Amino acid sequence: MTEQQIIALLPYQEPFLFVDGLSAFSAEGITGHYTFQKNAYFYKGHFKNNPITPGVILTECMAQIGLVCLGIYMLKDELSDHTNPQIALTSSQVDFFLPVYPGEKVTVVSEKELFRFNKLKCKVKLFNENGDLVCRGRISGMIKA
Amino acid sequence: MTKDELIAKLKTIVQPYIQDEAAFDNLSEDTDFINDLKINSANLVDVILDVEDEFDIRIENDDMEKMISVKAAMGIVNEKLAEK
Repeated sequence: MTEQQIIALLPYQEPFLFVDGLSAFSAEGITGHYTFQKNAYFYKGHFKNNPITPGVILTECMAQIGLVCLGIYMLKDELSDHTNPQIALTSSQVDFFLPVYPGEKVTVVSEKELFRFNKLKCKVKLFNENGDLVCRGRISGMIKA
Repeated sequence: MTKDELIAKLKTIVQPYIQDEAAFDNLSEDTDFINDLKINSANLVDVILDVEDEFDIRIENDDMEKMISVKAAMGIVNEKLAEK
């Protein structure tokens, strides 16, 4: 399965797609990146006259790359090119260390902790362009073809 | 292991994942994990992984699908323990 095939199977689109590319993936983990668009809709409100990427959006970016893209790769033998997987976020615990401003590129590194009975649980880290840790946590979801 | 001991162990395992306290307090063989205790699908997987650890058994996909009540879980645990 290629990077393009994985991204094409994601069940998201603008303005809620937070995956630009995947640089490495295996059954054990995945690394991907996303650049936050300067004109993204949430900067108008978060915060007033002080745009900073919301933590929930960083969490979403971590989940889309770290959990959903990895989950799609795991299900590669069951998914066809035209069926989106069924997914549900079931838990997230994230600690935040640094802000992410409009236009910043972030890299998500996810390590599989568990994939059994359709539950995928990962340890996920998000870094900024300087390689500094922005946030990290554990995210779980259910995913099936 | 007696039936009551097994139920007590299962009760301890499911406790962190239940939503319905009343159903949990009245837990019996007939309690359903999803409909009575309101455990979600991801936490049902956690229950199964905890059952594996507690009893040192391996539960397969087919067993997982059946494991939706206390009674079914007891049946699967006893079956796996007997195979050991």
